[in-house]
Formats: sequence, C-alpha cells, structure tokens
Amino acid sequence: MVDSRQQWKAWLYLLPALILLAVFTVYPIINTVKIALLEGYQPLGAMGGELYAFGFSNFSKVIHYKDFLTCLKNTVILCVTTVPLSCFLALIVAVCLNSIKYLGKVLQTIYFLPYVTNTIAIGMVFAMMFNIVGLTAVNADTYQGALQVYNIYTNSQGEHIGYVAQSWGIINNIIQAFGGNPINWINAGVNINRPGANTYIANITVMIVYIVWNALPFKILILLGGLQGVNKQYYDAAKIDGASKWRVFWRITCPLLSPMIAYVVITGFIGGFKEYSSVVGIFGEDMGPAGNGSLMTIVGYIYKAISSNNYGTASAASLILFGIILLVTLVNLYVSSKKVHY
Amino acid sequence: MENNQNNPQGEIREYSALTSSNNTLSESLKRDAATYDVKKVERRAKAQKIISNIIVYIFLIALAVIVIFPFYWMLISSVKTYDEYTQSNPTFWPQIFNWKNYADAYSAASLGTLFLNTVYVGIVSTLLSLIITVLSAFAFARLEFKGRDSMFAFLLATMMIPGELFTITNYQTVVVFLHWKDTFSALIIPFLVSVFYIYLLRQNFKQIPNELYLAAKVDGKSDFEYLIKVMVPLALPSLISITILKMMGAWNSYIWPRLVTTDTTHQLITNGLRGASFYLDGDNTKVNYPAQMAAVVLVSIPLFIVFICLRKYIMKGVSRSGIKG
Repeated sequence: MVDSRQQWKAWLYLLPALILLAVFTVYPIINTVKIALLEGYQPLGAMGGELYAFGFSNFSKVIHYKDFLTCLKNTVILCVTTVPLSCFLALIVAVCLNSIKYLGKVLQTIYFLPYVTNTIAIGMVFAMMFNIVGLTAVNADTYQGALQVYNIYTNSQGEHIGYVAQSWGIINNIIQAFGGNPINWINAGVNINRPGANTYIANITVMIVYIVWNALPFKILILLGGLQGVNKQYYDAAKIDGASKWRVFWRITCPLLSPMIAYVVITGFIGGFKEYSSVVGIFGEDMGPAGNGSLMTIVGYIYKAISSNNYGTASAASLILFGIILLVTLVNLYVSSKKVHY
Repeated sequence: MENNQNNPQGEIREYSALTSSNNTLSESLKRDAATYDVKKVERRAKAQKIISNIIVYIFLIALAVIVIFPFYWMLISSVKTYDEYTQSNPTFWPQIFNWKNYADAYSAASLGTLFLNTVYVGIVSTLLSLIITVLSAFAFARLEFKGRDSMFAFLLATMMIPGELFTITNYQTVVVFLHWKDTFSALIIPFLVSVFYIYLLRQNFKQIPNELYLAAKVDGKSDFEYLIKVMVPLALPSLISITILKMMGAWNSYIWPRLVTTDTTHQLITNGLRGASFYLDGDNTKVNYPAQMAAVVLVSIPLFIVFICLRKYIMKGVSRSGIKG
C-alpha cells in the first residue's frame, strides 16, 4: 500500500503546515528552554554570534522577585475561588435546565451569551458597573451639599469624615437599596470602609464575579451535553426505589457525569492559571494599583517581561507556568482516576 | 449496596413483611388505606412537584437576569447623556437618547480603521488557515506515509503547552529576526496552523467511509479531486465551525497584537478599545463612560449578530472542542 509516489505526495500536502509548525511551534519550545537556561541572553547579540554562559540565574531571579510572588498569589487566589464556584454553579444550572419542560432553549441561549463576547470589552462594562464616579471625602459635620454622606468615620483629629460621590455605580446602588454601605470596588487607593487599608479584597471580588460570569457558559454547555446523554433508566429505577432528589443528584447524576465534571475542572484550572485579559479588561493595562495591591497575574508578568526585553526571565517564568499547569493537571487526573466512574 | 449495609433493619423488616401470612398483610393494607388516602398522597406529590418546579424556574430566570444585566446596562448607558449617567439615582431607561455618544466613540477609538484591519486579518487568516488545515488533515486521515502516527501524536502533545511559552520566541522571531513589527504578516502568519483544528478535521475526515475513496480511485479521480469534491463538502459543518471560531479569535485577540503593533494602522479592534481614552475634559479626569460604552457596543454587536445567525454551529463547535481529550 505504501508506495514511494504517495509518500512524496503526502509530504507535499503537509508541507505548508509543517513549515509553519516548525518555525512557530517546535522551534519556540526548544528556543524558550534554551533562553531560560542562558545568562543575560539578548536576541540581537545571539544573532551576532555572541555566546552566553549556561546557568539557572533566570529561574532564581524570577522566584526571588517579589512581584512574581504577588502574581503567583493573585493567580492562585483566582483559581481556587473561581474554579469550584463556577463548576458547582454550572452543575446546578445544568441539572435544573435538564429538568424543566419549557423555556429550556431560550435560557440555554441566554446562558451561552457571555461566551461569545469580547473579554476586554465586557470587562470594561463590569468596571463601569462597579465604578464610583466623582468620589470625594468631606467633613460630615460641615458638608452643605445635596448628596448623601456615606461611610462616616472619625479620623485622628476627631473629625467626622465621610464620602460623597456623583454616582456610586449601579452595583453600589443595589447594595444601598438593600441597606448596605457602598464599597470602592475599582478605584485604587482609598478603602472607604476601613480607612487606611487597601482595596485588594474588593478588587479581587470584582475579578471573581467577572471570571465566574465569563466561565459559566462553557461549563454549562459541557455538563448539559453530558446530562442529556445519561440513560433515563437510572432515574426511573431511582424513582421506583423512592430515592429523594438530593440522593438522586449525589448517587446517580454526579457519578454518571463525573467524566464531564473532571473535564471542566481540569480545563478550568488550566484557564485559571493563564488568567490575563479579564484583569486587563477591568483594571486596564497596568492591572490594578502598583505594589502590594496589584492584580498582576503570572501571564501578565510574562508579557511585562517580554515588553521590557527581559527574554530570559520571561522564558523562565513561562516554563514555571508550564510546570505549575502540568502539576495541577496531573494532580487533577490522579484525583479523578480515584473518583471518576468508568 | 452501601445502602443496605447502612440500614440492615430495613432489610429485616421487609423480609418479615414478606413471610407474614396473607391474612395479616391484607389487614395491614386496609389499615394503610384508611390512614393514607391514595389520592391525598398523589395530590401532595403533585403539589411538591409544582413547588420544586417553581423554585427551579425562579432560580434559572434570576440567573438569566444576572447574565443579561451587564448587556442591558451597557446598551442603556451607551445612549445616556453624561449628566444622566452621573446622577446619584440611576435611571433604568434613558431620559434622552443621546446618539452623539456613538459618533464620539467612533472617532475617539478610530474604530473605522481598526474595524477594517480586524476584518482583513480575520478573513485572510481564516482562508489561509482553512486551506492549510484541510490539506494536512487530509494527509493525516487518508494518505499513508512513514512516521504518520508518531508525528501526529507529537503534534497533539504540543497542544498541552501553554501559548505563552511560544509567544516569547515568536515575538523574537517576528520582531527581531523578520522585522515584521507593525505589519499584518506579524498578525496573520504565526497563528495560521492550529493543531487543534487539524485534529478536529482529521477526526471528521476519518468518519468518511473508505469505499468512497476507492470508488473515486476507480473513476480515475486524483487524490486532490477527491479531497475537494467529496471530503470537503462532507466535512462542511466542521469547516464552518472552524471558520467561526477563527474569525471570533481574530475579533477578540488582544495580547499578540498588543505586542507586535504600535499604531492604529495595524492594530486590531480590541487593542483600540482598551487603549483609547474617552475623556470629557482636557485634563483627563472625567471619563466619558457613555461614549466608552458606545464603543463597547460597537465592538460587541458583530459578535452577537454572528452568534444569533450561527448559534447551532458555534455551540456545536465549542462543545466538540470540549471532548477533545
């Protein structure tokens, strides 16, 4: 069957793909490892035939860099909060969608909408919804304006300081409607609830809300597809046995759906560790305030390093990211090999 | 099984009920019928079902409202005047429709040029990518050559590696070695081949029965004619899914264009959107949120139109990419 003529033709069909893959996929893998292991690498120097010493200083530079630890912390926080939250919510939604008779298609389409949006563009919408316009601190005792003064506290001089804003933003308006105090979600700097503290928790909360909102459609689609493939006989058998709904959910739905659940959890973690554009969408290209309260992620760190021509540290950081993703995926696969049925 | 172990008494009780005489059984049934009216039980079950249905619907509709709300807020904010937007009490329907926001947005973010850039990059890269993907998927699915399976396995393995790892060297290749900074080539060429699309199409090609290939051979058709006249039409749904995903990818790409382009003559639409400044005044303190939202609407609308028209293909493509493992 394998004649030499067809051999030759097959390579012709593959030629364009193979050339591009060689240049833009295979070469980068080798080259990135190489750059990461060279000290003080510069591409133009390398082109001119300059030689670089071999060593691990790029890795140690990345690991000991304080900002990298901030990035790692942010990424891990976003991962461990958003992945379980979105998977659990998606599972409940999928089970509910599967159980209803009417409106199923309409609701399914609505839930899928966030998937076809531009992460940056809708991030800007979320930023606008959470943002406060025209925030100013005033002395609550002497303030004469028409706006209501919120979050009054006593400062070190014994004055009562509060905050007024032109518009608190729709999310804060909703919080106020339920009797709560507005929160400074987006603006860097002042925390209007606990003066002096930074706004990190509020900022990261916005990120969690946005990422979960953004991650739901894909997970619902996969889980619902899995549910629709489940044999109805299991549920009939459970009905005859008089099993409660909760029991059916834990003992039948979850085990039968476990391969899909494992899949959305694993892809969720992989995507979570590569989080970048959603943060840029909400907090802009600087990714939040500078310093301790920064919302920079690992991928953000890599791009920052590329832009400032630090190829060595960027390569080392991307290899570390690859290592983390590989490790998390292996742990996930190990856990799911114990828990996933069939 | 676990159930029985936890509850041995239940088993014993059932067992004793079965062995007891018919007489006592029927008596106990009569007693049951007296205390538990069958209709009553049925009615209760029905009521329970209705209540649980209502709860499920309330939950689902509430969530749908939460999902839709940002889109609604984006739309109404985009037509509000700045004064109305900054009122301390929000209005849920604009008092005046201020369409001028759209003109402001269009000029502030130079959306026209960016729109054309993005469409150009999207179309060219989709066309070239389709050609390359079809050719290589055909070779992997139908032709036989040495090392085919091991090479395919190697390509699949590269899919595990995060894209950031490629970006560094690719940036260096494109900008330092090829001097492609601020060209469309830099935006198009590095991403023409996707192993995932080759994989997707190869699976589809493989499902086409071998007999068709042999029949075409008997008719004296060449491999290439067979590919174009038989395989491509049969795999059309997959090709449409790939086209949509690729176009949407161009529309939403942000990271790579930001690295390799600096000016609006080559930037893509998302970069322009994030990079543009929508300020009302000279000293850059008041962000004109309504104009910013108008720009976001202009960027989002094409995506929604595509989604509404091609919902089936998009959802199928996405869910199929979900079973790639």
